Amino acid sequence: MIQVRNLNVTFGQGAQAVRAVRDVNFSVAEGESFGLVGESGSGKSTALRVLAGLNPHWTGEAAVAGVSVGQRDARLPRLVQMVFQDPYASLHPRHTVDRALSEPLEIQGIGDVGPRVERALTDVGLGPAFRFRYPNQLSGGQRQRVAIARALMLEPKVLLLDEPTSALDVSVQAEILNLLRRLRRAHNLTMLLVSHNLAVIAHMCDRLAVMNRGAIVEEMDVATLRRQEPREAYTRQLLLASRGYDREVAANIITYD
Amino acid sequence: MSKPLLEVEDLRVTFPTPTGPFRAVRGVSFSLGRERLGIVGESGSGKSVTGRSVLSLLPPHARVEAKRLSFDGKDLLTASPGEMRALRGSRISLVMQDPKYSLNPVMRVGEQIAEAVRDKGAGARRRAMEMLEAVRIRDPERVFNLYPHEVSGGMGQRIMIAMMLAPEPDLLIADEPTSALDVTVQMQVLAILDDLVAKRGMGLIFISHDLDLVASFCDRVLVMYGGRVMEERHARDLRQATHPYTQGLLDSLPRIDDDRAELPTLKRDPAWLKD
Repeated sequence: MIQVRNLNVTFGQGAQAVRAVRDVNFSVAEGESFGLVGESGSGKSTALRVLAGLNPHWTGEAAVAGVSVGQRDARLPRLVQMVFQDPYASLHPRHTVDRALSEPLEIQGIGDVGPRVERALTDVGLGPAFRFRYPNQLSGGQRQRVAIARALMLEPKVLLLDEPTSALDVSVQAEILNLLRRLRRAHNLTMLLVSHNLAVIAHMCDRLAVMNRGAIVEEMDVATLRRQEPREAYTRQLLLASRGYDREVAANIITYD
Repeated sequence: MSKPLLEVEDLRVTFPTPTGPFRAVRGVSFSLGRERLGIVGESGSGKSVTGRSVLSLLPPHARVEAKRLSFDGKDLLTASPGEMRALRGSRISLVMQDPKYSLNPVMRVGEQIAEAVRDKGAGARRRAMEMLEAVRIRDPERVFNLYPHEVSGGMGQRIMIAMMLAPEPDLLIADEPTSALDVTVQMQVLAILDDLVAKRGMGLIFISHDLDLVASFCDRVLVMYGGRVMEERHARDLRQATHPYTQGLLDSLPRIDDDRAELPTLKRDPAWLKD
């Protein structure tokens, strides 16, 4: 469903050029959930944004359901949609929930708007009562549910998720993660999830790739992650540091280039 | 343990709002010695407001009341603004979450640290250099002359900590000091704080939403919800918490080694906030 081959993204030119993504390869099967995990600057979000069509400066191959994301193909909006990290920033403050959810339908010339909006709201656990509210009348978790509903309006096959719960409290995070798992089953969605949180990736994904400095360090299945048996030293250090504070571990942290 | 450094008894903070008074903190009590005290809770639990009221850093319209709020025997409720200024920075310091907003963007970082040193003059520069070394910045000469936009988030946070520690405070209030950092950098920053508590006998209030981190880093933990302390525990026993709120929070965290299909969601009980 998702194919990425020799993906390279470079920002800037000449001496100041930064290679944000370097020779990245991965593929995700239909219905599968794949995680990209790494620290800040690892290139995980940049790779995701290429697939969302939000980053035009890249080389290599990147395709969803056989459609390259390089050309602004009119089929793409119905194939792939994205949910962003910060639900406070990704909803227009002066647009009602109704407007946010009907806009994709109107652009695509899909009728039956009202019932579709209400169905989408019910689908994400909010219900029709939320239809004419503004974002400032919603909590962070409710906003993220609206953002998820918006991403599902065009019934895409692929959902791209960029740190969808890192701006939320842990109890709300649990609700959103449960919702995403349920929606994935109900709509047979393919998911690509970017996160710095290994536990969230372990909970949500079937397979994952660990990234550092723009490149994939290793790829593994979730069982390997749960057993905490990575191949690479970089991943081992990441796993140790995620377990909580340990004086010994802190003293032995090294930087991997 | 000798006399506590900080004593807080029945702290109440109220903000007037158009829809009536909002009680952000409702009767919080704790005392702090030369130790690491964690305050955990979700957004709106009152943890940051509690930290800020110790420093009188709340907006003027906030009403702060307490039976007792004293630092090293000094009553903070009746202290004049001048007396508070003398405490703030030099004896009680605050580290906030994001170095991007807390450092002066048009001043070299070294000068900002030197400004915080108590005795100004020629010694201040040398002291700033020592502080940069203390927070394990490798090339302090070079970093001293950088501007905040030229340093990474992790380094910016270490610079903030260097600045707050330059006057050798007795009490450091750290409000989500590592939440914006990568886990490996977070570990290194925590190790610096850990050493300062152990070697200098500083008291530390560590405010965080991250239960696992607080459980592994602090000595004691207060769990806050709706402006109240739900329970207080030794940090290492946090996993055995008895209060349903703490249990609910811990259960709702996904874990690397578990394969629960559904995460239990927190059921909030209005009785937790009954007077």
